[in-house]
Amino acid sequence: MAKSMTVKEMKKDSPHLNRFYYPLDQAVEKPFNWKQMWRLVIYLKPYAKTLMPAAIIAMLVSTFVRLVVPFIIGTWVIDKAIKDQNINLLTYLIIGISVLYLLSYAANTYRIRWVNILGQRVIHDLRKSLFSHVQRLSHNFFDKRSAGSILVRILNDVNSLQELFTNGIINLLMDVVMLTGIIVILFVLSPPLALAVLFILPIMFFISTKLRRKIRRSWQDVRIQKSRLNSHLNESMQGIRITQSFSQEKENTEFFNGVNTDNYEKERIAMKKSAYFGPFVEMSNAIGTVILISYGAHLIITGNIEIGVFVAFAFYLGMFWEPISRLGQIYNQLLVAMASSERIFEFLDEQPNVEEKKNAKAFHDMKGNIVFDQVQFSYDEDRVALHEISLNMKQGQTVALVGHTGSGKSTIANLISRFYDPTKGTVKIDGHDLRDMRLDSLRTNISVVLQDTFIFSGTIMENIRFGRPEATDEEVKEAAKVVGADDFIKRLANGYQMEVEERGNILSAGERQLLSFARALLADPKILILDEATASIDTETEVKIQKALKRLLEGRTAIMIAHRLSTIREADNIIVLEHGRLLEQGNHDELMKKKGEYYELVKSQFEMLDAL
Amino acid sequence: METFQKLKNFYWPFKKYFFLSVFFVMIVAGITVVYPIILQKTIDDVVIPGNYQLVPFLATGFILIMILKGISNFLQQYLGDLFGVKSVYTLRDQLYKKLQRLSFTYYDNARTGDLMSRLTMDVEGFRFFLAAGFRELIRVSLLIVISLGVMFYYSIPLALVTMAAMPFLAIVVYRFDKKVHPAFRNIRKSLGRLNTRIQENVSGMNTVKSLSKENFEIERFTSNNVNYKDINIYTSNIWSRYFPLMEFIGNVSMVSLLIYGGYLVINDSIQLGELVAFFSLVTYILGPLMHLGFIVNQFSQAKASGERLLEILEAKEDIVEEDDPIVPERINGHITFNNVSLTYTEDDDSALKNISFDAPPGKVVGLIGPTGAGKTSITQLITRFYEPEEGEVLVDGKPTSSYSLKWLRKHIGFVLQESFLFSTTIKENIAYGNPGASMDEVIAASKRAQAHDFIMEMPKGYDTLLGERGMGLSGGQKQRIAIARAILIDPSILVLDDATSAVDMETEFQIQKALKEVMDGRTTFIIAHRISSLKHADEILVLEEGEIKERGTHEQLIKMNGSYHRIYDIQYQDRDIVMQSVE
Repeated sequence: MAKSMTVKEMKKDSPHLNRFYYPLDQAVEKPFNWKQMWRLVIYLKPYAKTLMPAAIIAMLVSTFVRLVVPFIIGTWVIDKAIKDQNINLLTYLIIGISVLYLLSYAANTYRIRWVNILGQRVIHDLRKSLFSHVQRLSHNFFDKRSAGSILVRILNDVNSLQELFTNGIINLLMDVVMLTGIIVILFVLSPPLALAVLFILPIMFFISTKLRRKIRRSWQDVRIQKSRLNSHLNESMQGIRITQSFSQEKENTEFFNGVNTDNYEKERIAMKKSAYFGPFVEMSNAIGTVILISYGAHLIITGNIEIGVFVAFAFYLGMFWEPISRLGQIYNQLLVAMASSERIFEFLDEQPNVEEKKNAKAFHDMKGNIVFDQVQFSYDEDRVALHEISLNMKQGQTVALVGHTGSGKSTIANLISRFYDPTKGTVKIDGHDLRDMRLDSLRTNISVVLQDTFIFSGTIMENIRFGRPEATDEEVKEAAKVVGADDFIKRLANGYQMEVEERGNILSAGERQLLSFARALLADPKILILDEATASIDTETEVKIQKALKRLLEGRTAIMIAHRLSTIREADNIIVLEHGRLLEQGNHDELMKKKGEYYELVKSQFEMLDAL
Repeated sequence: METFQKLKNFYWPFKKYFFLSVFFVMIVAGITVVYPIILQKTIDDVVIPGNYQLVPFLATGFILIMILKGISNFLQQYLGDLFGVKSVYTLRDQLYKKLQRLSFTYYDNARTGDLMSRLTMDVEGFRFFLAAGFRELIRVSLLIVISLGVMFYYSIPLALVTMAAMPFLAIVVYRFDKKVHPAFRNIRKSLGRLNTRIQENVSGMNTVKSLSKENFEIERFTSNNVNYKDINIYTSNIWSRYFPLMEFIGNVSMVSLLIYGGYLVINDSIQLGELVAFFSLVTYILGPLMHLGFIVNQFSQAKASGERLLEILEAKEDIVEEDDPIVPERINGHITFNNVSLTYTEDDDSALKNISFDAPPGKVVGLIGPTGAGKTSITQLITRFYEPEEGEVLVDGKPTSSYSLKWLRKHIGFVLQESFLFSTTIKENIAYGNPGASMDEVIAASKRAQAHDFIMEMPKGYDTLLGERGMGLSGGQKQRIAIARAILIDPSILVLDDATSAVDMETEFQIQKALKEVMDGRTTFIIAHRISSLKHADEILVLEEGEIKERGTHEQLIKMNGSYHRIYDIQYQDRDIVMQSVE
């Protein structure tokens, strides 16, 4: 049942929800699907000869004990020992029952333990394969999705399978064994009474499926409503400064009150429906008891059954509900698992669009001579990002890419790292076509310094070391010193051990930039790709960045997506791009003399500066 | 208990639901114990003596009683839940209102994640306790007491023998609860770490890929993943150790019941039916006893949740309106700072020291200086997001504190450094401060902010949804929407806090041209690092460490040969060289 709503539908649904939209587009449940189930079951395979059978045997033992004890009490203890006043038999029977209980104690201990180990391992394996697979996927995969939606699959969707793999599958077996066992024993004890009492079985099944489905649906409504409520809470706190500066507190409170009321109403309905459940179950039990009392008493008096059988029936009647109820739950779990596993498999079926050849070679001692030979590239069919571009970037050169947004600067950078493959033509480094080379040996030789450097939560030390995890503390500090990040790090309360995080505001934009330089320097790549930051950096830090940049560029082939004239001017080669075409290239002086596009670009920038 | 006392306002108005629910719980507990009694009667008075004519009475009586129980059961649960939901509804509303009012100072020190967990988990925990906790406690204790009563009524020695194992059970349950709750907390913590790890990996994927650290990331993830698995297994091992043991102790009870009871029946001390009834009664004690620990734990958790919620509800609101705030016809936007100082928290250095300036309507003030110099602080004092520690901030000659907050802020268009946009359409985002604005006004504002063109290029134009599941915008695009949002409220004062940093120079130029027109006769504050963004200002304040180091127009400042000149030199260092080759 897909719960996807368009904006219009949501408006109609609840008029006050106009102000914000929190669409929920994820199906909670999907119909059962054998193929998918099979794919899930395959994850059990590594344990098919070890944990699985062990857990099943433990389960069978404990189920057997639960089934057989009432039988013994009814037909032997009551009908034989007590009735015949045979104390010896009573003693033997009780010793027998005690042994059974001990057996069940041990079996239960191991059942719970093994079942959980099995389930947790499967979940662990599944999550690991999903995470590792996602790491291998290419940029186009991440371009299409928000970080949140990927997180939800790796964390929540996998977790929602946890119950199924720990208790679900084993319980399914246990409940089937239990139900069949009870029915068989009842028929062995007294076929007519069994028939009469089993009358309640369909009622119980009906309650367990139909009524429960209604209840489940209404709780789904609650969940959708609640996720909207929580989305808004989260957003309202993140945007509180905007809200207060536009004094929209009252309007937001009205909106929230609407969501809150809806949530209340949906919860009330769901709770009301849930409250019906217990009484219905009890009523069906009561009907069973009444049948037992009326018909059972009749059978005893007419001499058809012994009193112990009657007592055993009373015990078994009380044992019916548990497996039936659990079967209903497992069915629910399966539906949820279908929806989650479909989303998980969708990710697992994604193929990286950049694939490594089987016989790919590694770079040995890369020099950093990059050649673009008639390279054409399009992100999608109708949008060509690069038109047959040929370039030559020599070892140790600094190349500046200049042009407006969408001119193809980032595309060139992405092709060098082989985040994409060209649609036509070849990209070569040191004469090797990138498609013939191993990805890791290519990428460890390249560092990309992005505009928006991501700060991982951890210490400054760990963040810099991300560039080369095996680097020593001294090497990390040395790298920070070289790029001039050392000053501000030392000024932090805990220096290199200062804990930082992405959303924290300990570091300014400029400081983050310096940190990413240190990271790149530590990685010591042959090729450096640098997307120059446009973000707000104060002038003093800017000066530091400029100095650090010079150190970073030494001895490497550098490709810069440049914005500042000062960096562009010093480049060995400037490549001017527009709409994916190469307009002109050369160094600053050459291009200025030429009075072409580059000259116009520079001139218009200065005219603007003077005009204000 | 004090916590519950303080939160009384939220649940006490609905007390009738609670008391009714408790009333029906008592009925339910009473009737539950009837079942074994009926069983006993059937065996001892009907089956054994062969009194079949009693069966119809027993059966009818049983059904009637069960119907009563069913209805009571429904009512106790529904009314109890209603008590919880209604209380939480008012609680949520109050929390939200409070959070809307709390000042910047509060949010500076709060973390969204922490607040969210209070608003979700703690509110839910509190609700669950109100709805089910108390009621369950009453139900469970009643059940135990009544069952014990009936057992002792039937046979005191048998009751004593049966109950002999109970203290052991109680000890095991106690120890289990003591172990399992920290274990569950550890699971939650481990899950939290796993969550952070995955989230960071995915959000920082560009960085991971650009340094080709996928394998390193897989390793880091694996250690969290394994930890999560191990903690789960550890917890289930606690279950596996204690749960079968509890069951076993219960079974020991059963076995002793069977030995001694069987012996008593054989000796004719008790009747068979009574023995059978004992079996049911024992389960009514065993189940609740195992449950008791859970309820007690819930009580202490609800208390902790309540305390965390009270912390929000009782947080100090440090920006409060005066009793009779001024709501003038219009605000002209004459801003005056007289010797203003500001300190955010006591142990911090002053963010602003002795700042004075005058900005009459129509003036453009530029603020420049390194990060942390106090530029943003100045503008946030105008909107009264904070209050000055010393000195006064005047708007049209009156202190900001004398105005109605809403009125004051309605006349200030603020473009904050972080251009936060909400999960709604582009149109709603632009109209955020002025929800009644017409489509034409929205378009006019976005044209001025140079946003109209790129908005029209989007598949749904102004109806494009933004936010987590919506369209992603670049930093520059977000900034332009934020500028349009500020223009649309038709402010007397406009504050641009680093508002065009991610916009390219050409677009910034266009925006500034448009703003000049809009802000004619009004006051504008521009915070920027680029000299080009503010060199046209009527007065530029150069700030350093909370103090005004230099002030004047661009030309005056250049002549001063100070900090501003230095910034100018750095930013324009190659201008001359380049210009030479242009000419």
